[in-house]
Amino acid sequence: MTDRFMLSRRQLLKTSAAGAAFGLASAAFPISRALAATATVGFIYVGPKDDYGYNQAHAEGAAALKGIEGITVVEEENVPETVDVQKTMESMINLDGASLVFPTSFGYFDPHMLAMCAKFPDVQFRHCGGMWDKAKHPMNAGSYFGYIGMGQYLNGVVAGHTSKTKKLGFVAAKPIPQVLLNINSFLLGARSVDPTITCQVIFTGEWSLAVKEAEATNALVDQGADVITCHVDSPKVVVETAAGRGAFVCGYHANQSPLAPEKYLTGAEWNWAKVYKMFVDDLVAGTPLPNFTRGGLADGFVKMSPLGPAVGEPARKQFDATLAEMMKGGFAVIKGPLKSNKGAVVATAGQAFPENAIELESMDYLVEGVVGSTA
Amino acid sequence: MDATEIGLWGVPLAILGGAIRVSTPFIFVSLGEAITERSGRINLGLEGTLVFGAMTAYAVAVMTNSPWLGLLAAAFAGLCFGLFHGWICKFPKVNDIAIGIALMLFGSGLAFFFGKPFIKPKAPNLPAIPFGGWSDIPQVQAALDVNVLFLIGAVLSVILWWAFRNTRAGLIVRVVGDSSDAARAMGLNPDTVRLLATGVGGALAGIGGAYLSLYYPGSWTERISSGQGLMAVALVIFARWNPLGCLAAALLFGGAGALGPALQSVGVTQGYYLFYAAPYILTLIIMIATSSPTRTLAGAPGELSITK
Repeated sequence: MTDRFMLSRRQLLKTSAAGAAFGLASAAFPISRALAATATVGFIYVGPKDDYGYNQAHAEGAAALKGIEGITVVEEENVPETVDVQKTMESMINLDGASLVFPTSFGYFDPHMLAMCAKFPDVQFRHCGGMWDKAKHPMNAGSYFGYIGMGQYLNGVVAGHTSKTKKLGFVAAKPIPQVLLNINSFLLGARSVDPTITCQVIFTGEWSLAVKEAEATNALVDQGADVITCHVDSPKVVVETAAGRGAFVCGYHANQSPLAPEKYLTGAEWNWAKVYKMFVDDLVAGTPLPNFTRGGLADGFVKMSPLGPAVGEPARKQFDATLAEMMKGGFAVIKGPLKSNKGAVVATAGQAFPENAIELESMDYLVEGVVGSTA
Repeated sequence: MDATEIGLWGVPLAILGGAIRVSTPFIFVSLGEAITERSGRINLGLEGTLVFGAMTAYAVAVMTNSPWLGLLAAAFAGLCFGLFHGWICKFPKVNDIAIGIALMLFGSGLAFFFGKPFIKPKAPNLPAIPFGGWSDIPQVQAALDVNVLFLIGAVLSVILWWAFRNTRAGLIVRVVGDSSDAARAMGLNPDTVRLLATGVGGALAGIGGAYLSLYYPGSWTERISSGQGLMAVALVIFARWNPLGCLAAALLFGGAGALGPALQSVGVTQGYYLFYAAPYILTLIIMIATSSPTRTLAGAPGELSITK
């Protein structure tokens, strides 16, 4: 695989267009050449970048870099988690000259990003998620993620106050640790209000399956769940379907309140602009980029949607109090005594896993009160 | 147990509701494909037509505030795609399957390109008729909210089934599909018949797309289809080119697709990947059970390039 000059038609078109644009720009503004890009940063999204969800959150973060002097942002959306992403990374590096690449989807990491790390040792790769391990993986790779489970805990607090049936619903994509932590946090937040609340989870098996997500939402509402949240790439379908059935919704990834203004309670949102700016500042300053980047509400990695009109006063109070507690950092959602829904002890009395506990990144259980199974 | 608790009854109810909600795009695309294939041609591009129809319907509904105009526009866009396919395939030595695949990619790509500005705005939805008014259980009411397009599709499949057998137009399509030579001997032009049959098929697929974006799930995203158009093409073979069979197969697929989420919602949570494979396993079983090494597929049009 040393055919660096084998170009696909798409890449060829893209580069020639970029070249033409560059030629024009430099002809029009000869002085700006002196300040020409010092670094190119690549972003790769698994879906469309305006999906009201995961990809939109990343694209908004990338958009925040566009004003920074000397930084060029290149993006590609709808890149499947296959060898396609390797080709995209290669073209970003070889053709666009990217020196820092953010493959943002979970499935990009192994083997695709790792293969590129070995092939381009001078390029920095940072993957969104919890996969990077210092013992196993190269040092030009790394991972960044936010403690968004805290946001789901806050969602749960509001949901717990709002629910009348004491049954919550969660539409989840795949049983990976980040998703499981969100489900558990949502339920535990609700149980901090009323310990009899249960949460029904439905796994759809894929990050983006519009019809199945709608079916799952309908099934949850049919079973009496009256507050629904989700962890899929684009919560748009879940939010609209749930609101259409009269259930309340808590958002995820981005702010979905325009989709259901009356039924939207609050939501756990990413604030990737903050994270990407941190990386780029390091890049410009010439300091080595961190390999392991994590942060929560207190660090500004995660934020909450404004509370919706249906949120009552007691919910608002507990939300504000919990949020203030979390802003101090080190808040523990998983704390003993706590059992999994299969009866195994996951935390003994007095044991607590604060948000930055590394154990949480290999979570493989659902806590007591969640109706669902990880396999 | 309060009134909102329906427990295990949720499973059959979800299958019924799912059959009605999910099947409509399958019905329209497979009916359209049945017409096309009965005339002796395969249009694999209906997945692209479906996605483009979904985008067109949503975009026009946003701009005019009328879902019905969106539906019309989607049918018209589908008609154009179908006629385009039929027109290209008229030329000698053109492979209809290859053109279909090209149009599938072209349709999706074009839909993504024009659809970008319409992901954010909200379009008015097609109306549903509440058949569940007799019940005071909200779940039953929700399951029996039947969209008009489903009813139209169901009626259309009966009409087509009757028309293939009893009308002159039906006979013409069948003759052209079974033998070009016989059709020419009757003074028919097979290319014209196939052009029209592919056009009508495309229009129906466009309507199927409009259902996706304007009713269920009811929004335009680039991931709206998840392969329904391709599945529907396969359903036609499964249904043995019989419009009533298409309706039955579409309902079966819709219902089986709802099984996975419904079972998880009542607490049957082990092995959900297996439940999600249910429609496909079902298809395999029926295909194996009804196939025979000693005869060709019953009902297969003789001119079809996959069975010739």
